Amino acid sequence: MLGALTLLLVFQLAGEAMALYFALPIPGPVIGMGLLFAVLMLRGGVSAPLRTTAQNLLQHLSLLFVPAGVGVMLHFQRMADEWLPIAVGLVTSTFAALAATALILHCMTRRQP
Amino acid sequence: MTIPASGNLGEIWVYLSTSPLLGLTMTLLAYQGAVFVNQRCKAHPLANPVLIAVIALVGVLSVTGTAYVVYFEGAQFVHFLLGPATVALAIPLYAQLERLKQLLGPLLLALVGGSLVAAISAVLVGWALGGSDATLLSLAPKSATTPIAMGIAERLGGLPSLTAVLVILTGILGAVGAGGLFTLMKIDDPAVRGFAIGLASHGIGTARAFQVSEQAGAFAALAMGLNGLATALLLPLILPPLLRFLGSH
Repeated sequence: MLGALTLLLVFQLAGEAMALYFALPIPGPVIGMGLLFAVLMLRGGVSAPLRTTAQNLLQHLSLLFVPAGVGVMLHFQRMADEWLPIAVGLVTSTFAALAATALILHCMTRRQP
Repeated sequence: MTIPASGNLGEIWVYLSTSPLLGLTMTLLAYQGAVFVNQRCKAHPLANPVLIAVIALVGVLSVTGTAYVVYFEGAQFVHFLLGPATVALAIPLYAQLERLKQLLGPLLLALVGGSLVAAISAVLVGWALGGSDATLLSLAPKSATTPIAMGIAERLGGLPSLTAVLVILTGILGAVGAGGLFTLMKIDDPAVRGFAIGLASHGIGTARAFQVSEQAGAFAALAMGLNGLATALLLPLILPPLLRFLGSH
């Protein structure tokens, strides 16, 4: 558990360092995810403690978005002023993106044997 | 700060409300309450735990007159775990390696198509309804995961903290609505469903996909990572010319 958590933080740190060094537009944790994925492919497996720790952490992934979500209270004024473009823009584009992605993938995979 | 007099609840509240312990405890309590409500509603997508917890916390903070910065002093410890959790997404993803290799071409095409649709449709609709430039720029990257979206908004001249909120709202919208939409479209492959929800609504959609199945969750995590990348690369190229073409309000 402790070892696995340390490993995750080491990969995050490596990701952050790479993002800064190469001035990448991608956040450190996402690069860290890519690095860990590459290492897992090279090693050809996931250790049991790492798998358990990841499961525990991801089980409550929703919780981790709550603090940023509460930040909505900072923007009540602008959202009241521009509620129509924001609301309709959010709803339309979210459903358009869901539909477009699913449709492209669905059509492409159906044609393959 | 001086230790409050015992027996004086008002003084004790003032004392505790300045310590990180209160914000952290409130976040965990609100989330567990939200999970309880979610389970009571048989995990109905409308009873989204993030949505319920955020509404409850905003309510409490508004009523008690607590500033967001004060709350975040404590909540930052939860917020911090987003980093290692993002790294941990590599593990379910690795479990889908075989399926991933089979689907590589279609996935990349769906990625570019979905990513462009997400950003361009948001900007076009927002513009048509009279949104200001700052709002449109904050709206465009909202399907990407929070830190990427905030970084892009900042670079392009939007408002990063507004973007953070729009990202969360997009995530909740996708998590709430995706199931119904896919049923309507008669799409039931968990890999396709997961990839679409992760692309359109990042981590919150991914959390929802994991509730449905491990495979859907893994493809959602993949789409979230890839769309972060695609949004970061594509938006700085297409957004400024698009806004110039539309003209500002």
